[in-house]
Amino acid sequence: MKRVFPILAVFTGGLLSYALYEALRGAPTEQTMGEVQRIFYYHVPSAWTAFILFFFNFFASVTYLIWRTNKADIVALVTAEVGVIFCTVVLVTGPIWARPVWGIWWTWDLRLTLTLVLWLIYVSYLVLRRFSSSGQTPLLAAVLAVFGALDVPLVYFSIWFFRTQHPQPVVGGGGSIDPRMLHVLLINWLAFSCFAALVCWSRYRLEVLRRAVDETLALEALLEPPARTSRSGSAG
Amino acid sequence: MNAIASLTRATLTKDLRLEWRSKDAINSMLFFSLLVVVIFSFSFDPTAEESRQIAGGLVWVAFLFAAVVALNQTWAREMRNQVLDSYRVSPAPPNALFLAKVLGNFIFVTVLQALMTPLFIVFYNLRALGPAYQLPIVAALGTWALVVNGTFFAAMSLRTRSREIMLPLLLFPISIPALLAMVEATGAILTGDFSARFWIVLLAAYDVVFTIASLFLFGFVLQAE
Repeated sequence: MKRVFPILAVFTGGLLSYALYEALRGAPTEQTMGEVQRIFYYHVPSAWTAFILFFFNFFASVTYLIWRTNKADIVALVTAEVGVIFCTVVLVTGPIWARPVWGIWWTWDLRLTLTLVLWLIYVSYLVLRRFSSSGQTPLLAAVLAVFGALDVPLVYFSIWFFRTQHPQPVVGGGGSIDPRMLHVLLINWLAFSCFAALVCWSRYRLEVLRRAVDETLALEALLEPPARTSRSGSAG
Repeated sequence: MNAIASLTRATLTKDLRLEWRSKDAINSMLFFSLLVVVIFSFSFDPTAEESRQIAGGLVWVAFLFAAVVALNQTWAREMRNQVLDSYRVSPAPPNALFLAKVLGNFIFVTVLQALMTPLFIVFYNLRALGPAYQLPIVAALGTWALVVNGTFFAAMSLRTRSREIMLPLLLFPISIPALLAMVEATGAILTGDFSARFWIVLLAAYDVVFTIASLFLFGFVLQAE
């Protein structure tokens, strides 16, 4: 297992560089949008990666609720954190793309709004984890994750209807994609997924270590008190 | 089933009696939403014909904020004298307590709405151009959506630092589809421009999904220490 991590790191580095080259040089320039369209190769793979991470978060949360394993909780925490980062990338690159192409930074379109709501739900998930003071943080977080997952289809339908009865925004829907562009997109997605896996992995190891340290400190505090009180007593 | 019903009734009667004697929740909610009504009226001309279109959003924002005030107080009473702890060690089903709290909050917020609606009508010159009989349905479904999730998240935020802040942070993102549905349905009925049927169905679906989920998961939250 220890060998796999550096190998994955090197592989991800190579793949990311290749994907960057392909996105900036390899892919054909889009006819109407021009060079700015190349942000698409970051925007869409980030979105897909974020959604996959949120799906893993839901899966890990349900696993935690059933079996109460520490591992499932750490996976849920890690995937939510990294997912929020990727979702943030989506929400930042989207307007950068939209401004020159649509002439506006933001439109309350179905996909944009859905991504934003998803981002809000997972930020509140992370806030809950941060603010929770009891030892039951994993349990509460898992419950919230289930609520969030139940919410997604309802958000989807509500915004879908909300937007279809109002004037359609300036989104270019449908259309076919150049096979060369699709290729670059998939390469980028693979690279981003590897990168996400890498970050999740190292964050996972960090969290395991952090919990081990916390446990050791708590244990030491339990064992130490008599010595410490006598020392402070003699000092005072 | 019988145990749940009688426990729910006992807790609910106790909460209602306490509220009847103190009137803490209802007074603070009333005053709060009155303030919201007045403050909103500064930001636009409330009696203009166009403001009918945003009235739905306005009414629900006022009720939402007021409901948070009541929801934050829901469990505070049970924390005193370790009532919640003794409930936890008793064999009583957790869902009975949850249902009683949800019903209690539902009654408080409904009373608030009944008292506030005339004020809204007077201050904002409101008149339903669509089918007005749908308004109570929207109000009941929307209030249930708010209080069922709100009561659940209030119980969750008991275990967090600065719990009064925590409740809206958890409640608002999850409630977005319900809020959208309430606002749009109310707007549709007030303006009479389009049918509110889809939004009512969506609200009902939201209520069913989250009531079942809350009943399933409340035991976990109550036992969390």
